[in-house]
Amino acid sequence: MNNRYDEMFKRLDGEKRGAFIPFVVVGDPSLDVSLEIIETLIAAGADALELGVPFSDPVADGPVIQAATVRALENGATPSGCFDVIRKVRGAHPDIPIGILTYCNPVISTGFDAYFKHIADTGIDSVLTADMPVAEAAAYVAAARAKAVCPVFIAPPNADEATTRKIAELTDGYTYVVTRKGVTGTDDDVQTGFSTVIDDLKKAGAPRPVVGFGISKPAHVAASITAGAAGAISGSAVVKIVEANMNNKTAMKAALTAFVKEMREATKRTV
Amino acid sequence: MKESGRFGEFGGAYVPQILYPVLEQLEAQFLAAQSDESFQRELAQLLTDYAGRPTPLYRCRNLCADTKTRIYLKREDLLHGGAHKTNQVLGQALLAKRVGKTRLIAETGAGQHGVATAVVGALFGFNTTIYMGAKDVARQQPNVFRMKMLGAEVISVTTGSQTLKDAINEALRDWAASYENTHYMLGTAAGPHPFPTMVREFQKVIGIEARQQILEAEGRLPDAVIACVGGGSNAIGVFTDFIKDTGVRLIGVEPEGLGRDTEEHGMTIQKGAPGVLHGAYTHLLQDRDGQVLESYSVSAGLDYPGVGPEHVHLMKTGRAQYVGATDDIALDAFKTLCRKEGIIPALESSHALAFAMQMANEDKHKEQILVVNLSGRGDKDMETVAKIFEGRAAQ
Repeated sequence: MNNRYDEMFKRLDGEKRGAFIPFVVVGDPSLDVSLEIIETLIAAGADALELGVPFSDPVADGPVIQAATVRALENGATPSGCFDVIRKVRGAHPDIPIGILTYCNPVISTGFDAYFKHIADTGIDSVLTADMPVAEAAAYVAAARAKAVCPVFIAPPNADEATTRKIAELTDGYTYVVTRKGVTGTDDDVQTGFSTVIDDLKKAGAPRPVVGFGISKPAHVAASITAGAAGAISGSAVVKIVEANMNNKTAMKAALTAFVKEMREATKRTV
Repeated sequence: MKESGRFGEFGGAYVPQILYPVLEQLEAQFLAAQSDESFQRELAQLLTDYAGRPTPLYRCRNLCADTKTRIYLKREDLLHGGAHKTNQVLGQALLAKRVGKTRLIAETGAGQHGVATAVVGALFGFNTTIYMGAKDVARQQPNVFRMKMLGAEVISVTTGSQTLKDAINEALRDWAASYENTHYMLGTAAGPHPFPTMVREFQKVIGIEARQQILEAEGRLPDAVIACVGGGSNAIGVFTDFIKDTGVRLIGVEPEGLGRDTEEHGMTIQKGAPGVLHGAYTHLLQDRDGQVLESYSVSAGLDYPGVGPEHVHLMKTGRAQYVGATDDIALDAFKTLCRKEGIIPALESSHALAFAMQMANEDKHKEQILVVNLSGRGDKDMETVAKIFEGRAAQ
């Protein structure tokens, strides 16, 4: 299946660098401002987008993204409001890969077929459902693939060989590699030893590995690329910038732009 | 997983991938322990010597004495710790000890499960952390103090609705980072597989005893077994051994709060819709967008927007029937049991009692035997109840 992720990785291979993918919560702090934030990230050079659709019980998220979710929900961010924002982004940027991060309940309570039809119609390329493990995901993946939506799964540090193979088999677009235990958040030091996960995924024929969780500094991006990743996702660090500049949009945009630029710079391959 | 963890279509294990192998390992350890005589012997001994099993089945002398209904109370309120929770924390703690875990984490709403976990934490020397919603910390201070006295650390959860569901979220987040040395002691028959099955197996001793005791007392099975349902552990515990006795009605009583047609209730099975909460495909209170709603009950232990998946299955198959009791009739039942029998029941258990009293009074000439699971004692509820009754007196 040819998709926007494949096109992006092909282009980046030519440029000898990996992808930098910022994450924000749609609707944080409001739907309108979040559209401006996303546009700022793209203008600053984001290679793809990972967007959180706010859910009341985000068990895989640490305090920073939880707080963003609360802000979004308190300001009235419904799933349909969030999808309207994403539809606008897609309309303005036909080529950028857009993934969303969500949780089981909104997907299951909508019904897989109706949900993925809506995702495809909105112009979203991939869906990562944070509490959907591969062992429960057969019908979910079939429904996503039927609508040409890429199901993305997380490859955690404790995955054994059989799980890694299953992740490789069920994932399309890119594989989300998590290199440490716990939930989303910023770390001072990126954890080492993740090249084995990346190697295992490559052996299993998984889509290109992109590292997430704890990526908050250019050095973390560079280490990920050196370890063989095709890119890095930074969430909590980006959301922190939004949070810190809530009352000054100009400063927020300047800080986001500077952050994306320096993180993107670190995606250059040295070998 | 070796077992499906499904009850009909309900159940499963919807957790972040990092926790899936942790649950697989727990399932394997649990299944091994189930067929391990030394484990079963140690658990049985603890249940007897430490916790005080078997608990009595007491036939009420005065309650509904003007009817032909005989109400029996399964006295889990007399168990060490003050509620049925102790049965299953002993099982889980032994399991955690056998596999070398050194730390326990647990969520708690009213504080009963937190206290039970702190009890076994002290008994077995675990480092124990209890997550409790900030609102519950404020309204259940005596239990917070009990947990601290028993050596547990109590963490007040200030995210989301600041109640039980957020305490579970926070415990799951902790576990995703700490699983190597930490056991998550989930407190009810909800959550991802293997918890609903494991908690049921450790709680079914309630029904096994009650069935033998009623046969000894009456020479026959009861007409109905009645229990309150929040997450559903005391109900599944008393129901399980009666499931094969198809002539025995199984009745789960959900908190109707301020009324089933208001938004202030916790009737997850009857008024919730299918979805995933805390790792299980079950019924939950949710809005049209799939956001989880807050529940309500005067009883903190029934104030949960999800429910154990096996109960939804028992409802769908018709083997068990689920009904409601409002705050008001539960409070009446609470007071009546205090006055007539000298027993102070937990507000949770008062919901089951209220429904049994309704059944008795509906037809005073009907001869029937009802077994009510008196799942806990009401000492913890004194402050709540005093405020309500004093408020009424002042009006």
